Amino acid sequence: MKFGVVRFPGSNCDQDAYYAVKDVLGQPVEYLWHQEADLKGSDVVIIPGGFSFGDYLRCGAIARFAPVMDAVRQHADRGGIVVGICNGFQILCESHMLPGALIRNDRQKFVCRHVPLRVQNNRTVLTRKAELGQVLSIPVAHGEGKYVCDDETLMQLESKGQILFHYASDDANPNGSTANIAGIMNSTGNVFGMMPHPERACDSSLGSADGLVLLQSLLN
Amino acid sequence: MPLVKISITLKPALLDAQGRAVHGALKNLGYDNVSQVRIGRYIEINIPDSADVDAQVCDMCDKLLANPVIEDYRYEVAK
Repeated sequence: MKFGVVRFPGSNCDQDAYYAVKDVLGQPVEYLWHQEADLKGSDVVIIPGGFSFGDYLRCGAIARFAPVMDAVRQHADRGGIVVGICNGFQILCESHMLPGALIRNDRQKFVCRHVPLRVQNNRTVLTRKAELGQVLSIPVAHGEGKYVCDDETLMQLESKGQILFHYASDDANPNGSTANIAGIMNSTGNVFGMMPHPERACDSSLGSADGLVLLQSLLN
Repeated sequence: MPLVKISITLKPALLDAQGRAVHGALKNLGYDNVSQVRIGRYIEINIPDSADVDAQVCDMCDKLLANPVIEDYRYEVAK
């Protein structure tokens, strides 16, 4: 499978994602420059973490209008897989490719630590190799990762199995996210967003290899 | 050329963590009478006068300047 890693000015987890795909998964991968509406034949598009366009206005608000996002949206409309991690999740919400939004953490602080995630749905392209209820230790690193949505959206996410992960307890919730939500997918199950960074937990030398099961799930 | 002054704030239902922190600081200063603080964003734009300034500003806010999922906006046009 071919992977593409989108690069915006201010992306800073692009090399981590590239490394995880190329060196850990052993799959072909290319960088996708934000100015080019060309996914270079990618089967899976990863929108990595960072501070695209300096987080100006709102996180992800400006990246949404980059030419590459037109191609990403068309890819998703055709059923192609898109995974947004951290700032990538924010961009996908701003693009309305995922419901809801991410706002400033409840406690105002940038939080950078491993958190326990409980797999809520393991019948998805991103979680199919994980066990239902499995708790994964994966780092978060964000200041604006509090997931919010209206009650109707929350009910839909819950009833349609669109919640991928919860922070494993209220105490483990690093940002005050609604219903301890850490990651979601769209209603057609091909666009994924999560605040934690699986690419930073794909090798035990990084402190955890728990993210590997998610990356491996993406493979056919 | 008209000056458009746009104020954007989080929807009332959402906790404004910044506003809460500043509210606490105001209380520490002795302003116990302050009941709430909401912090938002203020944007000024200049655009040529035309009949559809309102429509243009609303479009800009809905598409880019505000996120209707989490924010409300209001504006005034100063000629």
